[in-house]
Amino acid sequence: MKLVVTVVGVDRVGIIAGVSTILANHKVNILSINQTILDGLFNMIMMCETESEDVKDLTSIQESLVALGSELGVEIRAQHADIFLSMHRVG
Amino acid sequence: MLSIDNIIETNQMIHDNKLDVRTITMGISLLECASSSGKQLCDRIYDRITTEAEHLVRTGEDIEREFGIPIINKRISVTPISLVAGGSDLTSYVPIAEALDRAAKTVGVNFIGGFSALVTKGATQADRILIDSIPEALATTDIVCSSVAVGSTKTGINMDAVRDMGIVVKKTAELTKDNDALGCAKLVIFCNPVEDNPFMAGAFFGVTEGDSAISVGVSGPGVVKHALESVRGETFDVVAETIKRTAFKITRVGQLVAQEASRRLNKPFGIIDLSLAPTPAVGDSVAHVLEEMGLSSCGTHGTTAALALLNDAVKKGGLMASSHVGGLSGAFIPVSEDAGMIDAVSCGALSLDKLEAMTCVCSVGLDMIAIPGDTTADTISAIIADESAIGMINNKTTAVRVIPVPGKTVGDVVEFGGLLGHAPIIEVSPYSAAEFIARGGRIPAPIRSLTN
Repeated sequence: MKLVVTVVGVDRVGIIAGVSTILANHKVNILSINQTILDGLFNMIMMCETESEDVKDLTSIQESLVALGSELGVEIRAQHADIFLSMHRVG
Repeated sequence: MLSIDNIIETNQMIHDNKLDVRTITMGISLLECASSSGKQLCDRIYDRITTEAEHLVRTGEDIEREFGIPIINKRISVTPISLVAGGSDLTSYVPIAEALDRAAKTVGVNFIGGFSALVTKGATQADRILIDSIPEALATTDIVCSSVAVGSTKTGINMDAVRDMGIVVKKTAELTKDNDALGCAKLVIFCNPVEDNPFMAGAFFGVTEGDSAISVGVSGPGVVKHALESVRGETFDVVAETIKRTAFKITRVGQLVAQEASRRLNKPFGIIDLSLAPTPAVGDSVAHVLEEMGLSSCGTHGTTAALALLNDAVKKGGLMASSHVGGLSGAFIPVSEDAGMIDAVSCGALSLDKLEAMTCVCSVGLDMIAIPGDTTADTISAIIADESAIGMINNKTTAVRVIPVPGKTVGDVVEFGGLLGHAPIIEVSPYSAAEFIARGGRIPAPIRSLTN
């Protein structure tokens, strides 16, 4: 499945390194990384892909990312990409 | 490919503007449960619900987690019970309500709807038993919801049923007076009900449906309000277009969730109901959407026009986003569940009369309105008659969910808690309609029913 990982918070050293490590450990491939500053906050968006279709695997990725997020003081989410595709792409 | 703006927009809708899927509702036909033995009927109902809906809650939670979209409620709607119980030896249908309650709690859903009767033209013996059972059923169960259809454009209004329902509302209030008449919050009286509505308290699974189906109710008044903030001062053409675009996006999320739930539960997809359903939370109010259009308070002159535009634009936007839009789709105006409506009633800007006018153009009717405890059954019946007349003549669904709170009067506030919110008691007319209601019989179907 395709995943979208978003990080929102104050920029600091180690965010990309930490997130990438967790994703690598879960065999998730990063397709692209984008970032922007919105309302003074660092927004990073990673498009990712994993071969697994199992909800349990996604849950485990989400849990690891949330734990890292609280460690770094940022909000990290991993969502199935279909929610964004449904809303913004027709056909 | 998705842009970074797309992703940020979606997540802002969810996290800042409270976009949510209000409910995944599984409709389950209970027609096959019919039995001459009341006990066997209840057992069959319990078994069928707990089997069919065994995985509903877990599947909803999985989808919620995977897509990162809150799914607030998981619910069940069933065949109107009076149609299922007619052949049984039961003389009260309270045991069936209890079986529904137990089954719903076993599978972990938030509500179960369908303790219902459809008596728009006349009532069978089973319909009468069901209506008589409603007060006790709602007092002895926790999550069972009840509805009775008393009129339609095709049949006219059954004024005997209208009279009876005034009495039922009062009895239900009396039996649940220790909880501020909470039982009445689980009872809806309809004109022109729809058979695939996933929203409570009026959900039931009509006889035109199959064995089961998954329907989804999507909400998002906060998202619409936020979108309108960016077009302040622009013309209504721009306002309508903005609402349509937003409704389209919201409905696409509902379509995704419905498809996933349908696939995973191996049940047919029913419909998406795109209803702007408020909650008492700040930023989740339909009244605030109307005020964003330029009204100083919901309820003032202009409110009906604003609501008409909103209700229509929501439908038009949603229509293109899903293969099956149904249910009630539009904007709900439940007073106690909407922070802006509560404020408008409290400051005197919103009256029962204005709410009645608004129901001509909203998606349902008089909803979650607390009225004085000493309101007579006749007056409640007359409120139901007025609301049914609006539905019948305008060929739309209307409904009444009023709560005559024992011991409380205008100036008091009643607290229901949770999604049901709180409400200031609203004034009703002190002038009697007793002789009008005592007539009984039927108000004939209107000329517009003769469409063939």
